Amino acid sequence: MEQTTDVYTPYHPRWLRPRVSTYWWLQKPAYLRFILREGSCMFVGWFTVYLLLLLDAVLEGPLAYEVFLAWSGTPWVLALNVVTLAFVVFHAITFFQAAPQAIVVRLGRTRVPPRAVLLGHYAGWVAVSAIVWFVLLGV
Amino acid sequence: MARRHPEPLLWMLFSAGGVVSGMLMPILVLLFGLAFPLGWLTPPTYDTLRAVLGNPIAALVVFSLCALSLFHWAHRFRHTLYDGLQIKHLNEVIAVVSYGVAVAGSGLAAYLLWQLA
Repeated sequence: MEQTTDVYTPYHPRWLRPRVSTYWWLQKPAYLRFILREGSCMFVGWFTVYLLLLLDAVLEGPLAYEVFLAWSGTPWVLALNVVTLAFVVFHAITFFQAAPQAIVVRLGRTRVPPRAVLLGHYAGWVAVSAIVWFVLLGV
Repeated sequence: MARRHPEPLLWMLFSAGGVVSGMLMPILVLLFGLAFPLGWLTPPTYDTLRAVLGNPIAALVVFSLCALSLFHWAHRFRHTLYDGLQIKHLNEVIAVVSYGVAVAGSGLAAYLLWQLA
């Protein structure tokens, strides 16, 4: 922990408690996991951009689609997408894990057990992945 | 008149985006990011992809994925800069820029899919 400083900073209240280091999330594995989970949003954002580029290529025509496919095989795009895959899987698992805490499902008067809500998300994930596979590849 | 705070709506968009991207992105990254470029699987032909994107239901799914994922990104990005890096004095600027990007990106997705219909 850093000491409280007396330096005047505009917009900031005067701290009455010790300043937390900017790198507080490096201090414990749990904090690091938190920041990695939050950081997964950057890869969700990147892949959305990637999808928009794909849509644009398909709109332009077959040649642009070929160019997009060739570009997607260049080393830095491939490397970025390997990391992206790891992060979006981490994002999916952590997000579904939190779902039972956020969603309370009731059937009549009984609460559906949180475990069933979690399993429902995983079942949905498998089903959605299978549908995407079938629509794109037809097998 | 009481001023409604936008936070619950933004949280709903964040949450919906988290679920939609969690369900759809891993398989899409695996296919379009790795399996097709590396030649593990043959990518769909141009005509197949064009037909899929021309389907109204598929277009709606792709639009929801793009728009909600962008709002999911915007919300987390804003909060991580605030809590993680403690950039508090720029909070408003960061909010306007990140949600602005989400709105613009959603508009672009709608435009592209509309043209493909």
